[in-house]
Amino acid sequence: MTTIVAYAAPTRWWHSRAVHRFLRHHLALAGIAMISLLVLACIVGPYALPYDMLYIDLRARFASPLSGHHYLGTDPLGRDLAARLLMAGRVSLLVGFSAMLLSTLIGTLVGVTAGYRGGWVGAALMRTVDGFLSYPSIFLVLALAATLRPSPAMITVIIAVTSWMETARIVEAEVRSLREREFVQAARMVGLSRSHIMFREVLPNAIGPIIVAASLAVARAILLEAYISFLGYGIQPPLPSWGNMLNGAQQYLASAPWLAIVPGAAITIAVTSFNFIGDGLRDALDVRDDHT
Amino acid sequence: MSQPPMREGQVERRIVELSKERRHAKGRGRRRQERTALKGEGILMASDVQAAAPTGVVLSVRDLSVSLPEGMERAYAVENISFDLKRGQILCIIGESGSGKSVTANAIMGLLPKAIRVSSGAIHLDGTNIVGLSPDKLRSLRGRVVSMIFQDPLSALNPLMTVGAQIEEVMAAHDVGTPASRRSRAIDLLTEVGLPDPPLMYHQYPFRLSGGQRQRVMIAMALALEPAILIADEPTTALDVTTQAQILQLIRDIQRRKGMSVMFITHDFGVVAEIADYVVVMEKGHCVEQGSAEQVLKSPSHLYTRRLIAAVPHLTGKDRIPREASDRASVLKAEGLVKTYRSGSALFGTQRIVPAVNGVSFDITSGRTLGVVGESGSGKSSLGRLLIKLMECDSGSILFEGRDIAGLSEAEFRPLRPKIQMIFQDPFASLNPRSTVGHILTVGPVAHGMHYSEAAERARELLSHVGLDAGAFDRYPHEFSGGQRQRIGIARALMFKPRLLIADEAVSALDVSIQAQILKLLDQIQRETGVSMIFITHDLRVASQICDEIAVMHRGQIVECGPPSQIFLDPKSSYTRELVAAIPGEQPASTPEHADFGPHHNRGETL
Repeated sequence: MTTIVAYAAPTRWWHSRAVHRFLRHHLALAGIAMISLLVLACIVGPYALPYDMLYIDLRARFASPLSGHHYLGTDPLGRDLAARLLMAGRVSLLVGFSAMLLSTLIGTLVGVTAGYRGGWVGAALMRTVDGFLSYPSIFLVLALAATLRPSPAMITVIIAVTSWMETARIVEAEVRSLREREFVQAARMVGLSRSHIMFREVLPNAIGPIIVAASLAVARAILLEAYISFLGYGIQPPLPSWGNMLNGAQQYLASAPWLAIVPGAAITIAVTSFNFIGDGLRDALDVRDDHT
Repeated sequence: MSQPPMREGQVERRIVELSKERRHAKGRGRRRQERTALKGEGILMASDVQAAAPTGVVLSVRDLSVSLPEGMERAYAVENISFDLKRGQILCIIGESGSGKSVTANAIMGLLPKAIRVSSGAIHLDGTNIVGLSPDKLRSLRGRVVSMIFQDPLSALNPLMTVGAQIEEVMAAHDVGTPASRRSRAIDLLTEVGLPDPPLMYHQYPFRLSGGQRQRVMIAMALALEPAILIADEPTTALDVTTQAQILQLIRDIQRRKGMSVMFITHDFGVVAEIADYVVVMEKGHCVEQGSAEQVLKSPSHLYTRRLIAAVPHLTGKDRIPREASDRASVLKAEGLVKTYRSGSALFGTQRIVPAVNGVSFDITSGRTLGVVGESGSGKSSLGRLLIKLMECDSGSILFEGRDIAGLSEAEFRPLRPKIQMIFQDPFASLNPRSTVGHILTVGPVAHGMHYSEAAERARELLSHVGLDAGAFDRYPHEFSGGQRQRIGIARALMFKPRLLIADEAVSALDVSIQAQILKLLDQIQRETGVSMIFITHDLRVASQICDEIAVMHRGQIVECGPPSQIFLDPKSSYTRELVAAIPGEQPASTPEHADFGPHHNRGETL
């Protein structure tokens, strides 16, 4: 038997069209750059700054930005705003990321199961999703946060359990269409178990939409954390978060506006960056674009 | 490459071509050779042949090159192609996938996507060169001078407009007639394309029509402005064989009646034999041969054309030489299989009941191939899915090696799965794009308890057995061509050493030359392993190549079952007779000599 060798050139993922499309998406690249900067600053920044975030300098209360060694000014207790902002960033970003991971995990599990199983199992799961969605999520979050002890971990869980539904819906729709593909029938033909087919054969093919949903979920989680903390039910001082920094800034809005502007800007930058990344990923991973 | 002796007309055409070519100054090596060859024959070339389009030529394509964007597998979609479409003729452009035949059609229609453009050459429509014409001018030509029908009439028709409105829209777009005259013209057109009850049809939406009827509507739309040229891009490929025969007949009739010129694009030499006056053979963007249908079909000069024609499956009319097998034990015996699809809700009275498989019984013995042939909707694929228990049957029994598997639960049947395997239709959808070939092949056996290293060894062995390099093991499916993927699918089905292989339209998505190779591979595998096969196909010609026995399915039932010789030469049921008669390009009586796979298939060419 003659051997036939005529493969296409070997391709690696970074040569793929999706990556090329993503690299052409300038806003998404800007988003990536901003997030990288922000994360890096939050990790290294507190060590590089001259002041600790808890150091109280009563002589320098309400110092305005760029005065002396306080780059972003100080708060009513004379604590360095830059140090607090970066430490708050650690908390807010960490809560955002963990909530995203958790909600993506829940959403994916529910979505794959509902999409692949279909029938009454799928119907029951998706109606649960509908139930969660029909409840105003901010209210749900606040109700939960008011009754439970608001540690960062608890806030993460609260955000995750109120924001997994979107992922579930996306994954369910994707899996339902994948289920009909011949490779899934082929997997059944060779006798693979249902869970193997669901999580090892089908799920990897739905990874694109999941990534997109996840990147948008981070943005939403950061925003949600800011809401709760701003309203006083979230991360509790002295541990700073962008949300509770805003809360503290309320009463000095007229006299020391930078107290609100600085954490507000951080939230805006983080959220818009993640949204840009999400948009870029969605454009890059949308296979329908392949034909045009 | 040996040049065939040229006839007079051909020489003339060559001269025209060459002089044009000189003007475009795109001397390529091969062309230059031909030119010197011509000079060598002592033919004087007219220094300036003004009559670029001789009378009677409505469409003339000269040295057309269409460039592809960078990073594609080749630089040109088509390169330096030239041909003429004479008034009142049917020109067939034939080629396999990727030959550039559709790009040529779209270039003529001025419908090329933005990314690819005509880089050189000329297209003369009734004497005017349309290359580089403004979009407005092109639009006024489209539909009026040249119009087109497409492969898939469902996606080419607007689902939200009635048939009549769509035909009228064509006329309205070109400001032809009044609303009343357009309406009567639309009904005339519907009558002309042979649709039943035109006034009623006028108000129908496309989804209500069958595939053949939709294609008739497309033809009516294309004819609305009485174009001089009709371009048909694979108009019958998506249709059943009997419908295909009707549409071909319709195109031929209309062309004769109106003296229209038709450019017909196809991949099927059977269709060419059926309707072509003149044939252009394309391969990888080049025109390798052209000539009258008679000449190209009977005495093809180019190697590629010869190979293509040789690869076309023919009705053999002969039975397969049976393997010398000792035992003829029954492998699978189906009795009274029934499967009914239900949709909608019984509660709200909206339920639709479609009997897909309706009392099917057959028996297949070891080492034999049973062909299941039928048109779309005949239930043949549902039958395949029932046998492999990807779907549960409503009633009936499936005796596999003496044991009834019809009622087994998924868990009870799993240990038996390795013994019945399937080769799927779509080589692109049937392999998980996120898994390596190695994973695809080994995951099944590993799940059934085979050690990974043993499975991997067997997978490598099988890959080379089905004609792939062992290096394929670590690659992903998208790195392979359609034919190669189908080989991977076959290897997957063989991993378990099955007793029964079900091939569901396993070669339908492949080009003819690759189709022939895959059929040969399946034949070889059966002779080596003695596996029984159920070969499901819509193509009687293919079935006749590989089956010991053929069951013809119609509306969920087997209407006739017998050896190929009987089915093709002496069909008992009227439906079978109709099917056999509809096969394009041949009659069973005039079957060529090769009943089995002749030496011309042993080429080992790259897929």
